[in-house]
Amino acid sequence: MTYIIIIIGAIFVNNIVLNQFLGICPFIGVSKKINTAIGMSGAVLFVMTLATIVTWLIQNYVLNPFGIQFLQTITFILVIASLVQMVEIILKKVSPALFQALGIFLPLITTNCAVLGVAILTIQKDFNLMEGVVFAIANAIGFGLALVLFSGIREHLELMEVPKGMRGVPIALISAGILALAFMGFANLV
Amino acid sequence: MNQLQNFTKGFIKDNPVFVLLLGLCPTLGVTTTAINGLGMGLATTFVLVMSNLVVSLIKNLIPDKVRIPSFIVIIASFVTIVELTMQAYTPALFEALGLFIPLIVVNCIVLGRAEAFASKNNIISSVIDGLGMGLGFAFALFLLGAVREILGSGAILSMKFIQGDGVLVFILPPGAFIALGYLIAIMNRLKKTT
Repeated sequence: MTYIIIIIGAIFVNNIVLNQFLGICPFIGVSKKINTAIGMSGAVLFVMTLATIVTWLIQNYVLNPFGIQFLQTITFILVIASLVQMVEIILKKVSPALFQALGIFLPLITTNCAVLGVAILTIQKDFNLMEGVVFAIANAIGFGLALVLFSGIREHLELMEVPKGMRGVPIALISAGILALAFMGFANLV
Repeated sequence: MNQLQNFTKGFIKDNPVFVLLLGLCPTLGVTTTAINGLGMGLATTFVLVMSNLVVSLIKNLIPDKVRIPSFIVIIASFVTIVELTMQAYTPALFEALGLFIPLIVVNCIVLGRAEAFASKNNIISSVIDGLGMGLGFAFALFLLGAVREILGSGAILSMKFIQGDGVLVFILPPGAFIALGYLIAIMNRLKKTT
């Protein structure tokens, strides 16, 4: 039951992009086409889950026992950065096809605050490892959902006659606002 | 480029939020009130100035290949300092900004300035660049926070000027996107005329 609440909460109620404002850069940056949006979501799903597992283990088996929680920020960002590098190298060797699909998105993920944000949130919410993994996957799905929905909207916006000053980013942000408004319908669901 | 231009470019011409579109996560996330926006802006300014200073000091010592990880460690150290200081001296602001304080680490502006400016310029220009960019960021956050506060709760700097609630949606997440969208549109218009 807790898992279902975590999943619905992370995907719909507290959507990581539209409600928590994490990962806005890729949300605006790579949402011009549905295909790139799907690629980015796949890469985020992969890295976010892995990063949450590793950071959870570090927090509970290194930082907590030694009482050095104040090093959390430094450790986590380093772990995520090296993890991304490692995933890139392994993927290149093991599965060139997957690397082709996700490759260009991987370096971008280091500075995606959604990954670090979810890692820290998992610790703050006191999840155990399994809950943390479910939380990470659900958040990644929420990220993907918002990104794909938004890229669909933006593909249509390309064809619309938008007032000159609003073209590009302004109209994209306002559409994102309306999308967020739609997601507010899920509030109080859990 | 003289130092004055170097300082002022962050406010309008190369404003991190309105023009470069960097650091949008904290911009949207913390600006429910003008004070929160300003607090976040100043915290980021501190990190930006200090990391620019240190990066420009040791730019010749860092091998090119491990440049980015080194920058990240430097930035993360200053973020930790800010985090602990705010927790001790401004607990209310620390609560309000929450998750976004550790996330200054992944704010693209900080790493972006370290990589694009501080690693190529001398100490004085780097500090001035950091200060200008940081204050430009703070200015943008303050402006967005003020707009959202005025429309959303009918208050300026927590002083109410209407009875009851404002247009509540501007305090809620969707209002952040909409307000920022219109502000960027206005900025684009202003830039064209000047």
